[in-house]
Amino acid sequence: MIPIEHILLLSAVLFTVGVMGVMLRRNVIVIFMSIELMLNAVNLSFITFSRSLDSMTGVVFIFFIIVVAAAEAVVGLSIILSIFRTRKTLNIEEFNLLKW
Amino acid sequence: MLTIFYIFAVLSILGAFGVLFLKNPIHCALSLVGTFFCLGAIYVMLNAEFVAVIQVLIYAGAIMVLFLFVLMLLSSRDTEQLSNKWSVGKILAGVLSLGIFVQIAYLFTDKELQLGTKGEYPIEVVEEIGSIALIGRLLFTDYILSFEIIVILLLVAVIGAVVIAKRRFQ
Repeated sequence: MIPIEHILLLSAVLFTVGVMGVMLRRNVIVIFMSIELMLNAVNLSFITFSRSLDSMTGVVFIFFIIVVAAAEAVVGLSIILSIFRTRKTLNIEEFNLLKW
Repeated sequence: MLTIFYIFAVLSILGAFGVLFLKNPIHCALSLVGTFFCLGAIYVMLNAEFVAVIQVLIYAGAIMVLFLFVLMLLSSRDTEQLSNKWSVGKILAGVLSLGIFVQIAYLFTDKELQLGTKGEYPIEVVEEIGSIALIGRLLFTDYILSFEIIVILLLVAVIGAVVIAKRRFQ
């Protein structure tokens, strides 16, 4: 059997890479992909705990997380699409209308 | 078994670093698809076949195709400047994410995490009933309210996406 610490460490690494992507990248769509990566890291740890504690709740949670991720991707990408129509750019530094 | 897990783990971390460092957003999306496939393989090793299937179908299939469609639709000409020089913001981001990693890793290697009360579905019971049948049974009994709410959420997301992305004619 795979030791659960290793799977959890893999999940921690993936989550950290996602956080770094959100903080370092300037392209909105790549930032969105990093958010998806973080959601996947959380899914991995959910399923690991669910297996190691003999429970099915984690698997049901993943079902809900994937549905929420799909809804988030759809709405977020349509917002990006409508911002791109007015700003003609994907650089997040240019989206500064709400900044003071 | 363990060797296969390590291979897929290394591949998925490489894919994640591809998202972080590749310049072209389309290459980032394809590398993320690779990560999702490797995670799906790891889910199979953890006896969660249903999650592996929806991971490949919904994440690697639907969501990433949506990302690629939007990328090709926008076809932005401004290539991202990934400058190699160190700025204060970059160093701060690195230190901050390293802190987050240490925090999570410290929490996850705690031995007490595995001492929780065991649930009622050990691997033999799951194999006997079948994991998909078990998930379906749980979804329509214990989690029926959450299931109905998530249906409304999906409906609202679809309508909202159409309304937001629709071109307005004057």
